[in-house]
This record gives sequence, structure tokens and C-alpha cells, in this order.
Amino acid sequence: MSFDNPFDAKTKLGHGGCSCGHHASDAEHQKAIEADNRAVARDEDLRLSRIVESAVVRALFPEDATRRAFLRAVGTGTAAAAIAQFLPLGAITDAFAQGATPEKKDLKVGFIPITCATPIIMAHPMGFYSKQGLNVEVVKTAGWAVIRDKTLNKEYDAAHMLSPMPLAITLGVGSNPIPYTMPAVENINGQAITLSIKHKDKRNPKDWKGFKFAVPFDYSMHNYLLRYYLAEAGLDPDKDVQIRSVPPPEMVANLRADNIDGFLAPDPVNQRAVFDGAGFIHILSKEIWDGHPCCAFAASKEFVTQMPNTYSALLKAIIEATAFASKQENRKQIAEAIAPANYLNQPPTVVEQVLTGTYADGLGNIVKASNRIDFDPFPWESFAIWIMTQMKRWGQLKGDVDYKAIAKQVFLATDATKLMKEAGLTPPDSTTKKFKVMGKEFDPEKPEEYIASFAIKRV
Amino acid sequence: MAQPSASSLNIKATIVSVLILATFLFAWHLGTAGVATTQKLDPEYAKLMGATATQGKSAMPGPIEVGAKIWEHLKDPFYDRGTNDKGLGIQLAYSIGRVALGYLLAVAVAIPLGFLIGMSPLMSRALDPFIQVMKPISPLAWMPLALYTIKDSGMSAIFVIFICSLWPMLINTAFGVASVRKEWLNVAKTLELGPARTALSVILPAAAPTIFTGMRISIGIAWLVIVAAEMLVGGTGIGYFVWNEWNNLSITNVITAILAIGLVGMALDQLMARLQKSVSYAD
Repeated sequence: MSFDNPFDAKTKLGHGGCSCGHHASDAEHQKAIEADNRAVARDEDLRLSRIVESAVVRALFPEDATRRAFLRAVGTGTAAAAIAQFLPLGAITDAFAQGATPEKKDLKVGFIPITCATPIIMAHPMGFYSKQGLNVEVVKTAGWAVIRDKTLNKEYDAAHMLSPMPLAITLGVGSNPIPYTMPAVENINGQAITLSIKHKDKRNPKDWKGFKFAVPFDYSMHNYLLRYYLAEAGLDPDKDVQIRSVPPPEMVANLRADNIDGFLAPDPVNQRAVFDGAGFIHILSKEIWDGHPCCAFAASKEFVTQMPNTYSALLKAIIEATAFASKQENRKQIAEAIAPANYLNQPPTVVEQVLTGTYADGLGNIVKASNRIDFDPFPWESFAIWIMTQMKRWGQLKGDVDYKAIAKQVFLATDATKLMKEAGLTPPDSTTKKFKVMGKEFDPEKPEEYIASFAIKRV
Repeated sequence: MAQPSASSLNIKATIVSVLILATFLFAWHLGTAGVATTQKLDPEYAKLMGATATQGKSAMPGPIEVGAKIWEHLKDPFYDRGTNDKGLGIQLAYSIGRVALGYLLAVAVAIPLGFLIGMSPLMSRALDPFIQVMKPISPLAWMPLALYTIKDSGMSAIFVIFICSLWPMLINTAFGVASVRKEWLNVAKTLELGPARTALSVILPAAAPTIFTGMRISIGIAWLVIVAAEMLVGGTGIGYFVWNEWNNLSITNVITAILAIGLVGMALDQLMARLQKSVSYAD
């Protein structure tokens, strides 16, 4: 643990159980350490110097037992003073902190007013950006194409995007190829299929022939999940139904006007359709793939390489906001912070139903699904590979694809690992994992076989 | 029979206007006051739902709600609660600013170019095919191209205003200049005026009414287009305000904005009409 005091003979810098003897009980000892750690976590400077001190002391005493023996023998104060004589710990800490000074403090980050953007939005009213010394302006944007263009234009330093978008931009699908990165996923789950209230008896997707569906964008998880769901039911998404790209704010109005039969959309659109009596929630997207990524925090490769400190401060703010949002008990407070006109501009109860997962389904039932939306910043490279298999499956991407290389280049899993550790989260050991979509396992090692295994495809 | 005096006609017209407005508001009120039947809902469930679903309230607001909303905006038109939430007055000011800038740029290009086309039959023929092709293009069709090349959404909106206000002014200027009476030009020639002086002291005053007609048409188009352009690029302006409130399905605010757009458009048109009147002359 880098946050433990290395000058405390009682702490272990390595791993293992507790053995102190200075406390009456093991629990009490643990409590004392925790209180100290909490103080460290509260104070940014203290935390920084702890990290530096730990690193130095660990380097001096690779053996934990030697360090503890040394500290016990000479006393903590003497040890700290002795080491400080040879190694100016204060100066090292300062240098480390100075290195972290952002190159640019005033930033603009674009977002689309949907709950997927929760970490990006809440970091503004709840002070996660200012904690990193950044003055971030979060700018509401009209649509995905505009957010892409404004980010490419450098009007925005970074932006909220759909997780397939950085891949599409890098691959040059639907725009010129520009190296793009996606250092953090914002939310997992949090989407739903909503149908018009007049279809409340057609719950089997096999009955949906001739339906008109809306998705937010061609390069979106929504499009791929809806296509996957329909294809599993035996419907060809290009022939048996119509799928159009409609900006989320227009979806409810279109559903009410009977222009579309349903949509797979981000929240709060689904809950808003229920709230206004226009539709009902057929299934949540977690029932298709539990833990799927949706939206992402994205920045150009240029921004990442030219302003590394700004980038890492910004990413840190996002990851800490994501960590805060991942806790159920904070969700109500977040809903209140992001519902006003400056951010989502939605009735607070709608946002609250989405974030807490206790919601009205539009058919008269109150459903409790605490992981309706969840927040986990880790950009699994296997997510990127799955997205690319679907791009290829539906003909958006042609020819041979170096799945792994592109996934690694765009989804910056290693950066997230580092910053998640600093934010006190536990990042996973690996950057790829297997997962199941509608019961079918996806192996990131075999993308081509995966595509070939589908009956309905455009390859 | 005596002709009714102008003032009595005005009074009558006002009465008819008020009657039309009252009938419209009353019909609107009746149309939206209706409450549809709703089935009984579990109170826990009802708490999670909106008024449309629980009380069968019409999704369309009535005139009273809109009136209250307008009053709310009038009381505090210049509030600033962050980047994405500014008062109606500030939004209108942004839009007017963009229109003014794009429009003035168009004036600076259209009038000299119009003079050139009007005075030179050669240029008139040479430029004609370009003008004919460019004129019917919807200004919003330029938006993606502008965003891509100018790389600035604010400037792109101004460019769109520029391009849409250019054509009526250009064509009217060229037409006005070309149709200056031959006799007047001949008089200028007899007095041995140079081309610059002829343009400024003979052609300009003679063509001014036609030029101003073009300018009046242009400002109207510019104001129509800015709302759509701002809905596309977002950020600030009355178009963004409409989009943001649509996002929240707040028809009350959308109607308020529509009224504000109408009033500002009328004010701009009246302003141009005044200017036009000041330069018109009787033959």
C-alpha cells in the first residue's frame, strides 16, 4: 500500500497479515491505520509525499523485515531525519508535484445531455475538476457528429463520446482517420429498449417485423446491441426492420408522434418516455450484455502526448468522479447535481430513477435493478475488439483488421490502471477478458471465428 | 359617402386584431384544458410518473402556462447559471450578434460586387452561372463543409448567415445598378464625371431603394437561418435555447422562444423598412 506510512515500524510495505503488538486487538490496530490512511486520502499533499516516501524507503530497504528492524532500532524520527540527510524527500515530493502541474488549466469538455455522461458532468458541480487544479467548462452539445467535429476542431480539449466513436475515428470509418484515444469508459449498462405503449402486448422480438427503430448514432453500442438482439431473434436488422439514427432528445417526441415504434437509447430518454406516458421499458441493456460499456471519455492522441500533465489531471478527475458514482449511496446526490437546466435539463425524479435503479417501467410496475447503470472506468481492450467485430459484422468495416493493435492504441488501459490505483480503486490485472453477450461467450483471442459464427451478417 | 378617416380605420383594425387574438387564445385554452381519462395508479408508482401519464394532462401547455413562463423570463432575462443555462435576453443577444456580423460581412461583399455586375455586362454574364448555381443552395447545407474547413463552430454559424444573406443583396444591387435610367447616366457623361463619381453620386442614390429592398429580404432570411444554425451547432443563442428546451420536452419554453424570435424578427424588419423609406424617392 503506497498510502501507508513507511516510517511506521508497524506497517508493512509488502503484503501479509498484521503483527504489531502495540494495540490491544488486531481490529484496533487496523482502525488506527485506517484513520491514518483516511487522513492521507483527504489531503492531496500528504498523499503525494507518502507515495514518494514509500518509494524511497522501499528502495533503501527492499526487505520489509530489514526496514522494520531498522526503524525499531533507531526510532521513526531519527530514521526519517537520517534518510532526509542523504535524500531530500521534501525536494523529491515537490518535484513530483510540480511535474503534475497542468500545462493548460482552462479546458473545455463537450458532453451530450444523457446520464452516460454522469462522471464528466458531475465532476463540474461536485468539484472533481477543481480538485485537480483544472478550470473545466462542460459544454452541452447537440449531437454526436457535432461533438466529433468540435473535438477534431480542437474547440473541445476532450469529450464525451460513444465508445465505438474513438475506434471509428482512428480507423477512418465515417471520417478521416485521426489517431484517437479512449482512456476511460464512463458507464457500463444504463441503456434500454423502449417500445411505444401501443406495443405492450408484443413482448417477443419475433413479432417486431416491420418495426421502425431509432438508435442515437451509427457508431454506437446502441446500434450494435439492438442489431445483436434482433438477429438473435432471427430478424435481419437491415431487411426486416428499419433502424435510423435519431438524436436522443428527439426520440420521445418521435415515439409519441408514432414515427417510430421503439428505440434502444441512452437514459434518461427511456425513463422520460415512461414519465410522459409515451412508452414502456421492454428490457434493460444489461439483459443483453451485463456490464457492457457505453459511453467514453475521449481525447485526441495529440492532446495526450502534447499535454501529458493536463491529460493525466483531467483523467484523474474523471476516474475519481467515476469511483464516486459507482457507489449506490451517492447516486441520489448525483442525480440532484446533474438534473438542472445547466446540465441534463430533466425532471430530477427521472434522473434519480435511472441512477438508483428503482424505476417505473411504464406498465404499472416498480422495478428494482440496482445495476441498471453502473460506473467502471476500466477500458477493457476486449470491449474494443468486440465493437470492431460488430463493425465488421454489419459491414461498417471491411478487410483485415489488426484487432489487438488498434484496441491497444485506442483504449488506453495502462493509463487507467495507473490512475485507478492512485484513486484508490483496484484495477484488474489483465487488460482483456472473456464475457458473454446473450449467453454466447466472446473470446477476444478469436475475433474472426466469432464473426463467422453468426448466421445473420454482412460479411 | 365620406371616406373613413385613417385613424378610424386604424381603430377598427386594432379591434379586429384583438378579437382574432382573443378567439385564438380561447380556442387554445379550450383545446389544451381537456383532461383525458386515466386508470387508477398505485400512488408509489404515480410518484415516479409525470403529469401527462398520471393526470391525463395534455402535453401541450395552455395560454396561461405560457403567459406565466413569459413573465418569468421577462422578470429575469439576463441570468447566467453556467455555460449551458443563460437567460433568454443573453441568448437573443448572442443570436443578434451573429446575425449582425454575418450580415455586415455580406453587405461588404454584396454591394461592391453587385455594382461591378450591374455596371459591366461582361462580368454580369461571366458571373451569372455561378450565382444561379449557388443561390438556391440551402444555407444549412453549407454547415458540415463550414465546420470542416473553418474549424470553428461559432465562425461556421456566421459563415452560414453570410452566405444566405449574400444572394438577395447581390442580385438586387446588380439589378438596381443596371436599371438606372440611361438619361441620368448620359447627363453624368455630359458633365464629364469620372466613373467613381458617377457610381457614388448618380448610380448609388438611384439604385438605393432597390439595394435596400435586397437588404431587407436578406435580414429576414438571416434571422430565419440563425435559429436553425444554432440548433445544429449548439452552445449559445436562441436556437440553442429552443433545442435545449426541446431536449427537456418543455413546450412552454419552446413557445416562449418562438414568440421572442417572432418579435425580434419583426423589429429587424421594421428597422430595415425605416432605412428603405429614408432613401426612397419619387420620380
